[in-house]
Amino acid sequence: MANIITRRSTLMLGASAAAATALGASPGAAQIQRAAVTPPSWPIESGATLRMLRPVRFVQPDEEVFRANCARFTAQTGVQVRVDFVGWEDISQQTAVTANTGAGPDVIIGFNESPHIYVDKLVDQSDVAEYLGARYGGWLPMAQRYGKRHNSNTWIGIPFGASGGPLVWRKSAVNAAGFQAPPEDHAGLLDLCRKLKAANKPSGFALGNAVGDGNGFANWLIWSFNGFLVDPDGRVAINSPETIAALEYLKQLYETFIPGTVAWGDISNNRAYAGQELWLTSNGVSLYFSLKNDPATAAIAADTEHTLMPKGLASASPMAGLTLNAMTFRHSRFPNAAKSLIAFLMEAEQYDPWLQANLGYWSQPLANYGASAVWTSDPKVSVFRDTMKSDYWLGYKGPISQASAAANNEYIMVQMCAAVAAGQSTPQQAVREAERRAQRHFRAR
Amino acid sequence: MQQAGAPARWVPEKREQTWLAWLFDWKPFLIVICLMPAVGLLLVFLTYPLGLGIYLAFTDATIGRSGVWVGLENFIWLAGDPIFWGAVFFSVFYTGVATVLKFALGLWLALLLNNHIPFKSFIRAIILVPWIVPTVLSAIAFWWIYDPQFSIISYVFVDVLGWRDTNIDFVATAWPARWSLIAANVWRGIPFVAISLLAGLQTIPPSLYEAAMLDGATSWQRFRYITVPMIMPILAIVMTFSIIFTFTDFQLVYAITRGGPVNSTHLLATLAFQRGIPAGQLGEGAAIAVSMIPFLVFATLFSYFALARRKWQQGESND
Repeated sequence: MANIITRRSTLMLGASAAAATALGASPGAAQIQRAAVTPPSWPIESGATLRMLRPVRFVQPDEEVFRANCARFTAQTGVQVRVDFVGWEDISQQTAVTANTGAGPDVIIGFNESPHIYVDKLVDQSDVAEYLGARYGGWLPMAQRYGKRHNSNTWIGIPFGASGGPLVWRKSAVNAAGFQAPPEDHAGLLDLCRKLKAANKPSGFALGNAVGDGNGFANWLIWSFNGFLVDPDGRVAINSPETIAALEYLKQLYETFIPGTVAWGDISNNRAYAGQELWLTSNGVSLYFSLKNDPATAAIAADTEHTLMPKGLASASPMAGLTLNAMTFRHSRFPNAAKSLIAFLMEAEQYDPWLQANLGYWSQPLANYGASAVWTSDPKVSVFRDTMKSDYWLGYKGPISQASAAANNEYIMVQMCAAVAAGQSTPQQAVREAERRAQRHFRAR
Repeated sequence: MQQAGAPARWVPEKREQTWLAWLFDWKPFLIVICLMPAVGLLLVFLTYPLGLGIYLAFTDATIGRSGVWVGLENFIWLAGDPIFWGAVFFSVFYTGVATVLKFALGLWLALLLNNHIPFKSFIRAIILVPWIVPTVLSAIAFWWIYDPQFSIISYVFVDVLGWRDTNIDFVATAWPARWSLIAANVWRGIPFVAISLLAGLQTIPPSLYEAAMLDGATSWQRFRYITVPMIMPILAIVMTFSIIFTFTDFQLVYAITRGGPVNSTHLLATLAFQRGIPAGQLGEGAAIAVSMIPFLVFATLFSYFALARRKWQQGESND
């Protein structure tokens, strides 16, 4: 999918991007407040060209607007930018190769923990972050967590956005069960799920090897009981009364689920929900849009509501999202050009159209973009606006590291929950097994 | 081939040999030159990755970190890891059961196809289809067939026939998931076995059967004393390949269950991938992959020595 942006393709891209934004909400950018902060000067190296890697789009306008933004950067600075769009499953490996060989792209927009793993190979981006933070009302809590090096104020990544997975539910079914909206407490949620099951309109959450949905639900469950996998120093702390209580609760909740959730992948709940077999689950905004855009399922979309995951015992809804995290490599010969590009892409003229093009799939890391037209374009996506206001992250409460990423990708939390739900283990056995596996990843090296 | 009494032999004019011509006439050099491309390919694409894999198994490399030599630490951890032993168990069970079923059904199919039936070539071509279809495609088809909500089989039993009230549990608990995967593997593997054995059957001279029939042999005796010994060599080869393919299977399991529910259907190959690539623990993943080697060597030796050790197969007469 490599594409070298030339002057000729710039014109075409600009035209298609203009068409894309015209189709979407109002062109915007005007309502985004910005403080009068002078940008730091990054004298662009002569003859600079940049290569960038980022994950493939969710929706077509994402790519078009992104390319158009880079083309505008080229037009203003003369720096050629080549953007390669990489499959989601490959970007971590390509980042690893880039970091280890010291060759390849200057800038990579990776996922979540990548800058924390390759911190020694990255350019300090504190000046970019401080400028953007001052200009756009400050970085949201999750953005600070992912952008800054652990226990320091050094920015190693510039978060571009995050995608969350709140509760997705059918208004008709929840109302028929006697609830205006899903309750915020555990007992209330259990009551709702029991009534949904009795009405033969069951709920269900992925407990299979599903990186996004499975971890999302398992993390919510443990965090909403104030349990956590590792403490702030990175020591395994899953074996706690809070976790046991969460798993005991799950045993009751699981009885109300639609059968088969232990075998669910990331797509299974989308299919079951679209097939009207599932009436309450958690998912990203993609489910809603796929229903809305298909005339056959538009009625389901009209009956669909999003709310944040129940708080349970926590003070805020426990939810961590998938985060885009941009890093600049030290091997880049043009670090100033790279910083300029990242700052340029985060400016309202570029970032707001991109946010709108993504329809709510990605949620902003900077506070002032909360006023973007995308969040009022459809009232049902407004819940995604505050995805990065969350105080949780993947690997909560420990440092973000290779270990926290591995624990996530090894489904340690999901499988602990699934083993209890399926009746294979007692909560105590499952917690000990999770502890044993986590200790391997979080061991000192 | 001149006869001894022929006129004086024609002697070619002796030409001055250049050193190059001499070099190419020199056998050891010629052998080295001719083998070089093949050896080079093997070294670069087979020996080096295998050697690197074995080396990584003794390090704690992760994706993004080259790692240090840790000796047997990965293997010691795996020895105490119930998930690893679960994968060893399921790999052996999966290979054993699937191979037996594939060979029983495949041999049966081959014997049927060896008869004169209408549209013989067409039917032979058609039964190859499961094997020709890319594995990932058939895996995705089975993924749908086994889906907890949208299984076609559940649909037929619940909604069409009304024999059941709930959907069939194919992959949501451990044992049904294991049997479902074995069924998918058998479905995929039968054509390979059947066609290979059919080729073996067709090399058996009809005169043997005719002679046996004149001697009054029953059809079971003809099968037992002619067919079985005659296809044994090809059976051994096919079985070796089949065991290797099944033991190292990856796509079916990864596409249908991803090793779930709760790691009950991990094969060594899927577990090695899961630990090595998504979780980034390259050293540990390599250790799991390396631990497959003894099983594969054993399986290969078994089918070679247990099934193919007949003297006549090596050009000698039978005892």
